[in-house]
Amino acid sequence: MTARTATAPATTLPSMTAPSATAPAMTLPAAGGETDTRPASSGDSPWVVIVWNDPVNLMSYVTYVFQTLLGHPRSTAHKLMLDVHEKGRATVAGGARESMEIVVTQLHAAGLWATIAQDR
Amino acid sequence: MRLFTGRNGRYSASFEPAEASLLSDLVGQVRTLLAQRRESAPVDPLAELTGLTVGPSTAPEDPAVARLLPDFHRDDPDLSAGMRMLREPEVLAAKDDAAAVLISTLPLSGGPVHLDEATARSWLVAINDVRLVFSVRLAITGDDDPLDAATADRNGPEYAMHLTYRWLSTVLESLTDALLEAHDDDR
Repeated sequence: MTARTATAPATTLPSMTAPSATAPAMTLPAAGGETDTRPASSGDSPWVVIVWNDPVNLMSYVTYVFQTLLGHPRSTAHKLMLDVHEKGRATVAGGARESMEIVVTQLHAAGLWATIAQDR
Repeated sequence: MRLFTGRNGRYSASFEPAEASLLSDLVGQVRTLLAQRRESAPVDPLAELTGLTVGPSTAPEDPAVARLLPDFHRDDPDLSAGMRMLREPEVLAAKDDAAAVLISTLPLSGGPVHLDEATARSWLVAINDVRLVFSVRLAITGDDDPLDAATADRNGPEYAMHLTYRWLSTVLESLTDALLEAHDDDR
């Protein structure tokens, strides 16, 4: 693990002596990427949850949320994060409306930009 | 400060006094924004009777608060409004809980912090929510280094905000990396 060590702030506010490297954010413009990575869901599951790209959430943070909150393995979580980053959006869950409402609520609580949609 | 590292399910960092009080203050400001939003909820007699909390049906007017509490559906306003009334109180409570956990586990006078994973998750959410609010206030829209836009006036308040935003990003990333490392065997 690469743990970056911050230079010790002198007398000024900590924010004034922050490390120089900016963590990569999810920032690519939303292109026309419509190819969603759709996790397996049962046939009668007309609702999906879409996560949209935004310029704030860190790529590592989004991966962590997908892995721990949605229960995806690391590889899937990482691929979904890249889809959001590169294509502007990704479908991260599918299922009954009630469960998808809960997923969107949890993603909002985590600070991600997510919406529910009917998969037509 | 010493950024977060993880070891045996414990996540440790160390904050200078000024850093601790800044972080606590910023997270407290998010709690204030959330509390103002909570107070704007409609008074619903049925809800009072049943004890069910119902949120407002419309998005927050302050764009920073709207970023914390986004719409639930992209192009169906009715569905979005219905879900917001039902679900927003949960989102709001979760964010407020996370903020309260951070404030209660951060020593105000600075020094080391040691978090278990559940507490660390609260820290992630609380720090990220501050970043979300900052991003709206600073109009961060792309992946350009946000400092570039502000180099014109290094003494201005906006420059200080950009530096704080960058510092929060660095702290958040160190904690996220430590947590991801702990879950690495899941791959």
